[in-house]
Amino acid sequence: MLGYVVRRLLMAVPVMGVVALVVFSLLYLTPGDPAQVLAGDTATPEQIAKIRTSLGLDEPPYLRFGRWLWHMVHGDLGASIFSGESVTHMIGQRLQPTFSLLLLSVVISIAVGVPFGVAAAARRGGVLDHALTTFTTLGFSLPAFIAGYGLAFLFATTLKWLPVQGFVPLSDGLEPWLRNLILPAVTLSLVYAAIIGRVTRASMLEVLSEDYIRTARAKGVTPWRILFRHALKNAAVPVMTIIGIGIATLIGSAVITENVFAIPGIGRLTVDAILHRDYPIIQGVVLLLSAAYVLVNVAVDLCYTLLDPRIRY
Amino acid sequence: MSRVDIWIGGTLLAIMIAIALLSPYLVAADPRALSPGSRLLAPSAAHWFGTDQLGRDLFARVLWGTRISLFVGFSVALLSSLIGTAVGMLSASNHQLDAIVMRVMDGVMSIPAILLAIALMAVTGGSVLNVIVAVTIVEIPRVARLIRGVVLSLREQPYVEAAIAAGTSHTRIVIRHLLPGIVPPLTVQATFVWATAMILEAALSFIGAGTPPSTPSWGNILADARALWQIRPTLIFFPAGFLFVTLLAVNMLGDGLRDLLDPRQKPEG
Repeated sequence: MLGYVVRRLLMAVPVMGVVALVVFSLLYLTPGDPAQVLAGDTATPEQIAKIRTSLGLDEPPYLRFGRWLWHMVHGDLGASIFSGESVTHMIGQRLQPTFSLLLLSVVISIAVGVPFGVAAAARRGGVLDHALTTFTTLGFSLPAFIAGYGLAFLFATTLKWLPVQGFVPLSDGLEPWLRNLILPAVTLSLVYAAIIGRVTRASMLEVLSEDYIRTARAKGVTPWRILFRHALKNAAVPVMTIIGIGIATLIGSAVITENVFAIPGIGRLTVDAILHRDYPIIQGVVLLLSAAYVLVNVAVDLCYTLLDPRIRY
Repeated sequence: MSRVDIWIGGTLLAIMIAIALLSPYLVAADPRALSPGSRLLAPSAAHWFGTDQLGRDLFARVLWGTRISLFVGFSVALLSSLIGTAVGMLSASNHQLDAIVMRVMDGVMSIPAILLAIALMAVTGGSVLNVIVAVTIVEIPRVARLIRGVVLSLREQPYVEAAIAAGTSHTRIVIRHLLPGIVPPLTVQATFVWATAMILEAALSFIGAGTPPSTPSWGNILADARALWQIRPTLIFFPAGFLFVTLLAVNMLGDGLRDLLDPRQKPEG
């Protein structure tokens, strides 16, 4: 197992290498001088020169890439063009709100999506099954940031049950942390839970038609035990896969949704960086969140062996 | 069910396309015209959807927004289908090239779509054309992966092997035997790309990385409403409603086409 963990982590290295190369190369896609584009139309020659020097644009691209990669693997993501502050430090300061939001969204999505999918498969063609199908179709057509406004209008502005905006760190207590995060987390979970529910349902239907389930039924095993003890464990691999793949959408939605609920996380940092055309920050955010996505999928791969002993590497 | 989905989705989409094409004739008001004296008005006979914080007619802006959203969605679906098909077919036809191209595609797909689009927009600047280019680059790997898989599977089919054995030219095999097999899954994928592109455009404009702020796109209208939606919820409701209906139309059309053209991909039900 340890050998597989090491091999799987090593396999992620070239993927991250390509991600780094893509993110690095984007600056050179700009028609004309990237420093001029980032500085904006009203920039003075001095400002353009400053950006060119700070990004190392006066060096050959391969040299710049090598140096940038070297700094990056040592945790140095460069400095903000606007404030001169370390990008690693700026991102570090905003990690807690974003990861709190992502973590709570994943927990809610799994806690709702999996039982929903199991129930829909257990009563195929029933009310829950149809509700899941309708919910998925509607959910795919409602971007998270718009759903966020709907939920905030209902639960915060109209019913006044929850705060409209803001973030409280976990160190200030679980209850205020949860009260502030629950609306954005539910917003992000809507589509994610629906996808998990649909895959759980499809996977459970396949497993429930297998011989060993029929045997268990014939032996008088209770339906509850059949569903959760015998079927769900074997249906879990595709569910884990979709949880891993869906993280990419969740991360992207979190960046946007943070701006609806005024959460001072990486999404807010990204929007500020866009306003100031602060490319090193955007580069750092893209790299960090892509690395998080790749690592989550490595973890998902490792979970396969725990969930299904038949899977051997 | 597939035909019902196609009918409902197709009809809704046709209505939205008609609105997009006819918007200059449907509203007399200029979507960019400022009127400080009529700021944040509630919906009325004079202003059907009310006005925004700069006194601009929201009905005119939302209707004109239909043009941007559908144009971006359609352009991205078309461009990423064409380029993705070329990349996928090329990759499937050459082993050495395949290894390189697919690693690049995997790398690009490891970057969450909206983040890649944000990074591209940050270096190119806000314009409708740049949004189309950025979202197309994001979507190409997904189309290329699909087409590569389809081509590799089609190449193993006995009728293609027979054509190769009979000495049929490479071009003729592609046109006569591979392209007809590619079109159904590509059509389905294109509708989903269309929907994704509209969401990405709205999200990019919402955070200030999409179309220029003066352009009446749904994302920009939603961004303008960010500070005022608690006072005047209709500022969010109308553009959000139009975006939702358009996405629902495209998704239903896509689901219906998938069930009709490519039943193997139909979800278990």
